[in-house]
Amino acid sequence: MAVATSSSKVLNNVEAVRDTLYEALKSDDRVVILGEDVGARGNVFLITKDFVKEFGTERIIDTPIAEASIVGIAVGMAMEGLRPIAEIQFADFIYPSFNQIVGEAAKTRYRSNGEYTCPLVIRTPYGGGVRGALSHSVSIEALFYHVPGLKIVVPSFPADVKGLLNAAIDDPDPVLFLEHKKTYRLIKGEVPDGHYVIPIGKADVKKEGSQLTVVSYGLYVHWALEAANQLESEGMSVEVIDLRSVRPMDRNAILQSVRKTRKLLIVHEDNKFGGIGAEISAMVAEEALFDLDAPIRRLAAPDVPAMGYAMPLEEAYMSSPAKMADAMREMVKF
Amino acid sequence: MANTPTQTRKSLERHGLSDDQLKAIFRTMLLQRQLDNRGFQLNRQGKVPFALGSEGHEALQAGAAMAFARGKDILAPYYRDLGLSVGIGLTPYEIMLSIFARAADHNGGRQFPNHYSSKRAGLMSFSSILAAHIPHAVGAAYALQYRKETGRAVLVTFGDGTTSEGEWHESMNFAAVHKLPIVFLCENNQWAISTPLSLQMGQPDIYKRGEGYGMPGEQFDGFDPLATYDAVKRAMERARNGGGPTLLEGVCYRFLAHSTDDNDLTYRTREEIDEHRKDDPLPRFENLLLESGVITAEEVAALKKDVLRETNEATDKAEAMPFPTADDLYKHIYEGAWEPWQ
Amino acid sequence: MATTITMPQLGETVTEGTVERWLKKPGDAVEKYEAFVEVSTDKVNSEVPSPVTGTIKELLVQEGATVATGTPIAVIDDVAAASKSAPATKPAETAVTQEDRETAPPKSRDAMAESANLEPVPGFNIPQLEVKSAAASSGAPAMVPPRSNGQREEAALRGVSPAVRRLAREHHIDVRNVRGSGTNGRVTADDVLAAAKLVPSGAPKAAPPMEAPRAPSKPGPGNTSTYADPIPGTTIHLSSMRRIIAERMVESRKTAPHAWSMVEVDVTNVWEWRKREKDRFERDTGVKLTLLPFFIRAVVESLAAFPLMNAKFLTEGPSIYVEKDVNIGIAIGLPANLVVPVIKHADKLSIKGIALAAGDLIERARKNKLSTDDLKDGTFTVNNTGANGSLASAPIINAGQAGIVTMETVVKRPMVQDDDSIAIRFVMNSCLSLDHRVVDGYVASGFLADLKKRLESMGPRGAL
Repeated sequence: MAVATSSSKVLNNVEAVRDTLYEALKSDDRVVILGEDVGARGNVFLITKDFVKEFGTERIIDTPIAEASIVGIAVGMAMEGLRPIAEIQFADFIYPSFNQIVGEAAKTRYRSNGEYTCPLVIRTPYGGGVRGALSHSVSIEALFYHVPGLKIVVPSFPADVKGLLNAAIDDPDPVLFLEHKKTYRLIKGEVPDGHYVIPIGKADVKKEGSQLTVVSYGLYVHWALEAANQLESEGMSVEVIDLRSVRPMDRNAILQSVRKTRKLLIVHEDNKFGGIGAEISAMVAEEALFDLDAPIRRLAAPDVPAMGYAMPLEEAYMSSPAKMADAMREMVKF
Repeated sequence: MANTPTQTRKSLERHGLSDDQLKAIFRTMLLQRQLDNRGFQLNRQGKVPFALGSEGHEALQAGAAMAFARGKDILAPYYRDLGLSVGIGLTPYEIMLSIFARAADHNGGRQFPNHYSSKRAGLMSFSSILAAHIPHAVGAAYALQYRKETGRAVLVTFGDGTTSEGEWHESMNFAAVHKLPIVFLCENNQWAISTPLSLQMGQPDIYKRGEGYGMPGEQFDGFDPLATYDAVKRAMERARNGGGPTLLEGVCYRFLAHSTDDNDLTYRTREEIDEHRKDDPLPRFENLLLESGVITAEEVAALKKDVLRETNEATDKAEAMPFPTADDLYKHIYEGAWEPWQ
Repeated sequence: MATTITMPQLGETVTEGTVERWLKKPGDAVEKYEAFVEVSTDKVNSEVPSPVTGTIKELLVQEGATVATGTPIAVIDDVAAASKSAPATKPAETAVTQEDRETAPPKSRDAMAESANLEPVPGFNIPQLEVKSAAASSGAPAMVPPRSNGQREEAALRGVSPAVRRLAREHHIDVRNVRGSGTNGRVTADDVLAAAKLVPSGAPKAAPPMEAPRAPSKPGPGNTSTYADPIPGTTIHLSSMRRIIAERMVESRKTAPHAWSMVEVDVTNVWEWRKREKDRFERDTGVKLTLLPFFIRAVVESLAAFPLMNAKFLTEGPSIYVEKDVNIGIAIGLPANLVVPVIKHADKLSIKGIALAAGDLIERARKNKLSTDDLKDGTFTVNNTGANGSLASAPIINAGQAGIVTMETVVKRPMVQDDDSIAIRFVMNSCLSLDHRVVDGYVASGFLADLKKRLESMGPRGAL
């Protein structure tokens, strides 16, 4: 259980995002937030609650419903020296801004040979398990992690959320900051006071073990830990790595662990085909084939367009700590 | 298209431009046409794989450039703005480096030609995707307003075809809501590759759309550099002084095909092009300056010679420069390391 | 029949709710869809409608109390209660299977051959019974009787993981002789290690009796750790790289009689030269300028004067081959590894050229991007043992070379000058391990003296 100390607070993920954004707005005049309902409404999850009262409408901008230009205008602000944090209300709404993210933001530095840069943060809640159905549950990291020029982070512990959001705001290049909405209020943790940065591209071993490496992120890393703890009570030792960062990805953390345990299970909420697990599997097979004592395995969503609204459909799509424990058990015993 | 009446020297004066400024406009128009042609010449010589022309836009771009405040305003152009880019301060050498895709080019040879970028001149980097740059221009204008930098404005240009894109609409809307310091200048050359105006829009007068968004809209003769100058100057002043955005429409005509990859006779007739050629802004402005005594025939000849010399020098100098190398592929992806696995 | 009402989830991410006000009390009648309680969360306030028609039987939560979603808050006596069925769970993804391996007892022919093994009977072609491999004999656990069919090898290797193949090869274990403790009798990596006696045998996979969960972060069954992160009380399996290093060190020591000598060098001038150049050098080239390229430059010049130091002992003859090329290996210590990439034709490079070549090799070594070409054809080696403060060291010669010279750490010392005054000078030792089959002390000490003289005459300025 998280316990606050004199130099830290127990926060949930909403509070971690909120506090970090607040500090950023206070300390740097160049930071502005733009998106739908971020001002008077304070964001549909109350992340920017009351910000507009303190920072004004010119810094907390309620935009028209126009995702392409939410990102596009933010790109222009970034090129002209501001530090915009654009919000897409739900990741499911991000598709109209695909061109601005992939074709413009990701390529600004490259196409101008470094003369113009795009220090932009795009925040969006993603993920399911909240009866969100087709348009409030999607995972989008696999669509974007393919793109050179973008960075993508997916922290799901409050302390990681603060450190990586600070890193994203400081980063001179565009960062997609993905927040799993089910963890907003579900996950609480100790968050150190004061400003700190976790470097983008570093994974974190959330649980050490010796018989199996489990790589995960988002809501699923919490479920993977639950499953690993269950296995520990059965005498099995499972290591759980929280990727935290999907592009760039931490090669050494994964390889070091796999060389120790010799077995790799990747668990992610997104569809299996072409998901993050595919890239991790390929890299490990290329670099550590002769350390593997079992085929690499991916536990991921079935390759169907979405999780349904009806509970049985959502449950069939999503994994669970029990399903993860089953897969882990099989691999440890293999 | 509006007709321009013959003007006397006196009526020239009402634009508030000195003789040197009028000659500068003329020179920019000549330089644009010369550099434009040079691109095609090099393409036909097999030296460069691609060229894209701007013939017909010279008056519009030179007039707009004169209204642009160097060192203060920001330009967000598109790929047909050779004259405008030169008019706000890019040199023929920089233009040729872009055509030859050399390493010393602002973009390191990475982009197509005509995709300029120059922080020094205030020219925002842009891609080939139509209308993608317009929200960027709006964002830049927001930054100016946010920092309370009066006396500065953004000039964003685009063709008629771009006004069909969703991002054009979203940008116009946002700029009007926030009364941003920005001028939306449409260079209506009446063709979007092969699509005529009649197939592009239900409202053929683009400037009228301004009212729909809550901003003033104005149309002018895009073949007249001085009418252009007047309109752009008024709109830019309005923007610089907090008066909000304007939609301007300069009507001109695209004399050439869209690019070297286009055969325009598949969708329009020689006769139509020739008919519009009669209004070619270059000889028209030259005659105006001669008639009003601003310039002599000898000066015109010297000017044309000098423009050719400048173009030749720039061509030779740029051609001699080295290409980027294979190692250059990995630079400027991020500020730090480029590898996705780290 | 009684219906229990639980705290509803009033928002996608809401996890708890507060009972603001009860709109009914026990005994009150309530209609289906009629509001009976006001509930608030940090996102939204709501009146909650009753799911049934009936009478309020019991209120379980006080007004003002906050409870987790799903907590029972009231009981209503009603006409019908909704029955819930647990959602059908989809079976977990199919387990990874592997081919079964045959473990049948030996056939009758082998049994006959076994008993007849003492003396071959002429006229019978009795296949030799394959003896258990050396490492697997004498009391090693978990063995199955071997069989003498060539196809068995292939069958045995089917379904063997890459890790098992590699470990079996490294430890000279015949996988066919190992009993598998994995799924379907699969031989696991731990089984191989147990067979090689590196891991205590006996049910690493058996679950201990149920006990309270222990604190994590201890190595699990098998008690192994890695070279990069050694833990007391554990065994580290050597990677093939570390095994090769071990073998080469032994070979070098065994074949070349190592002798050793040392000189003390006043490097004040060359240190000054480097200090003068380093910022500009780094700015111009992006490469750090250390003392190494200066040292290597002096070494190649001394090698030119003492060509026997750039030679190798050949058992054919026996003879000594005096190398034509001067390819200087630089020993680079990495966290778990030692590599010696080679600067080819170092004698043809200026100090700047050496610095850039060394910088490139060092960076690629750190990134694990050296090619086999980078690592071969060295004729002499330089070892920067002084990087961590060493004053003297006795390195092992790179097999096939005549010597290896070190740069020890640079310290400031009070030194007696020619006129008997004392001055503070930068001093660095340089040590030489030499193959006494190729060179004697005469050549070796001459080489070192020459190296010292050259280093002491370099700088404080010059062309890189």
